Amino acid sequence: MNDVFYIFRREFYTIFRDHGVMTFFVLLTLAYPIVYTYIYSNEVVREVPVAVVDHAASPLSREFVRLFEASPNAEVAARCADMEAARELMRQKKVYGILELPEDFSKRINRGEQAHAGLYCDMGALLNYKALLQAVSDVSALMNAGIQVASLPYASQVQQEIAVMPVQVQEVKMFNPQSGFASFIIPAVLVLVIQQSLLLGVGTITGTVYDRKGVAALVPRNSHYRRAWCIVLGKGCAYLLLYFVMAYWVFFVVPRIFGLVQIGVRGDLMLFLFPFLLACVFLAIACSFLCREREQPFLLFVFTSVPLMFISGISWPKEGIPEYWLALAKVFPSTHGIDGFVKINNMGATLSEVVTEYASLWFLALVYFSLACFLYRREIVKQNNNDLS
Amino acid sequence: MTMGGKNGLTGLMLREFKRLASRRIYWFMMLLAPVFCFVFFADLLKEGLPMQLPIAVVDEDNTSTSRQLSRSLDAIAQTDVVMRGADFSEARKAMQKGEIYGIFHIPADFAVEVATGKRPVLSFYTNETYLLPSSLAYKDMRLQAALANGAVQQTLLKAKGITGVELQARLLPVTVDTNPLNNPWISYAIYLASILIPSFISMFAMFVTSYSITEELKDGSCREWLAQAGNSMPLALAGKLLPQMLVFLVTGLLCLSVLYGYMRFPLNSGFLPMFAAIFLLIAAAQGFAVFITGLVWRSRIVLSFCALWSVLSFSISGFTFPVPNMPDLMRWASNLSPIRHYYLLYVDQALNGVPVLYSWGAYVALGVFALLPFLTLPRLKRYVEKGRYLA
Repeated sequence: MNDVFYIFRREFYTIFRDHGVMTFFVLLTLAYPIVYTYIYSNEVVREVPVAVVDHAASPLSREFVRLFEASPNAEVAARCADMEAARELMRQKKVYGILELPEDFSKRINRGEQAHAGLYCDMGALLNYKALLQAVSDVSALMNAGIQVASLPYASQVQQEIAVMPVQVQEVKMFNPQSGFASFIIPAVLVLVIQQSLLLGVGTITGTVYDRKGVAALVPRNSHYRRAWCIVLGKGCAYLLLYFVMAYWVFFVVPRIFGLVQIGVRGDLMLFLFPFLLACVFLAIACSFLCREREQPFLLFVFTSVPLMFISGISWPKEGIPEYWLALAKVFPSTHGIDGFVKINNMGATLSEVVTEYASLWFLALVYFSLACFLYRREIVKQNNNDLS
Repeated sequence: MTMGGKNGLTGLMLREFKRLASRRIYWFMMLLAPVFCFVFFADLLKEGLPMQLPIAVVDEDNTSTSRQLSRSLDAIAQTDVVMRGADFSEARKAMQKGEIYGIFHIPADFAVEVATGKRPVLSFYTNETYLLPSSLAYKDMRLQAALANGAVQQTLLKAKGITGVELQARLLPVTVDTNPLNNPWISYAIYLASILIPSFISMFAMFVTSYSITEELKDGSCREWLAQAGNSMPLALAGKLLPQMLVFLVTGLLCLSVLYGYMRFPLNSGFLPMFAAIFLLIAAAQGFAVFITGLVWRSRIVLSFCALWSVLSFSISGFTFPVPNMPDLMRWASNLSPIRHYYLLYVDQALNGVPVLYSWGAYVALGVFALLPFLTLPRLKRYVEKGRYLA
């Protein structure tokens, strides 16, 4: 136990003396979630610029355009005389959609035939398309109701309601009522920031030792460093202590600052995050053996963030991911971490409802602890053999 | 001034090729990791749109009418009714566990209330924590609710003797035909993969550039490097960056063939404009990395800057969340990301196939990134001459 405490203290000094390590452990974890959330802080796409080509130029077609303009999703940026002018605006990226009302728009409605409007969308960003689609379907529903009522001049209000909408429809968006982008993606980013910053930081510590003193120096020649589990535990406790603070910032303060969803029970969330931190710490210690240079953690670990984001089931639904990738994903604490964190924090699940993820995290913590011990044990044995020969 | 035994550029390039081949980390960054990312995303997104998203139907009515409703919901390709029952709280729990993305609720006495004109309420719930699948489930459930309405209206109108064209016009007086231009499948894979995959090339090009320069200092070989270039920093850099550029161009061609050959995404501009785009993206990444290296020089800070900027570029380039909807500061900062300009080129060229002239701005922007090193060349040379490695 003395050894563990000794190593813990030394590791703590190492962290605070090395600016590089501090950058990852503190600066990165402090700043990155803020910058990231700030990018998406508007949450939704509004006022997508659209060009309107109204061939009909009648009261009904103008009403359609007026209703369309009133929608928060769309903004009529230009009115064009013909489609070619509108297409030109689209090529110049001044508008992302074209609304075309044909010449016979009103005529058909008045004749009791179906009228067609056309919406053309630039598909460079799907959220623009989604916003315009929503706007245009709301407008046509509204217009339709008006026209249907107008065709029943002598009906009572109840009859009108039944004619327009015999079945009422209620849509409820749960856990993220405005379909906000930040509320959807940030929880996953927060979890990844913790795992990746630990990988980078611990990798830098190990890489620095290799760099300065050669491969043999990973385990100091010091009587305290004789048992592998003491080393792993001592180092792990040092990182863990720091990450209690950082995790509080990342998981509790940042969502608060930006007013993101936080409906989980705090105690449950903390209990859940504990094995997540443990698993990340031991994963970082084990993976740091890959870093033979101070600079290498970037080269090795940074790119993994994006694939990890995708196989966690947030960016892309799990049902669309081949099974072998899902199996691979289970190896990383972030996958279970994201799953559980999102369920507790955003969907109000209790700890007993995320018991699979919780158990997986404990299991991973154990596996990576053993792996880290094994790797250190190998170094110690190597060192002893060198000393003998 | 010695030329280091070998003559000028060719000698320098040979030297760089040898350096690149001799270390495993370069193989990792230039071949293994990018190819892994290509394979990963090409395989992950091969379906284009996720199908068979699980939803639940809570049917408290349990009549032939309500069962018909839930059956036709199941028949829509994108959703799969995995849960049927009369207990809403059970469905809600399944949603909290992430087992289903939506709940379609049919209230008790639905069929009776419809028949008696009491306007019952159909509700559907979506789990917006998972934005993509929930929006697909939303679309299907909304359609189903509209169809239910239409069916009742149709019965009512038919009873009044309205049929054929008139019936259609009475049901939906105005319809909107939506035309998702150049992506009629509304495939998410097209816009995701088209930017994600090239982003990795840009990221690794930045890494290799700055790592290989600072590595010269660390190895203490930078004086020899400069000497072989006849003490000319531009020549020394050209000798270092050209071989890397060649390797990344091969990777870039591989990336283009994965996207537009294997995955058959729209390539309405033809090959050349996109080849120019990826070439300039690589050059821009290298230029950006050399610029930062000259500015900061400490290898670790250079690399962390490149790394953070690359990862941030995935978001700030605006291919998932459009740039015009970001806060002003971020809208401005997005111009500093090469990926942002590559994204604009992709939309103009590969997706929409507009004449190249419309995209000149983005091509020039990437070119500017490629020329940035000239600003810091003198500084870079001073550092190399000093030859002191700073971690």
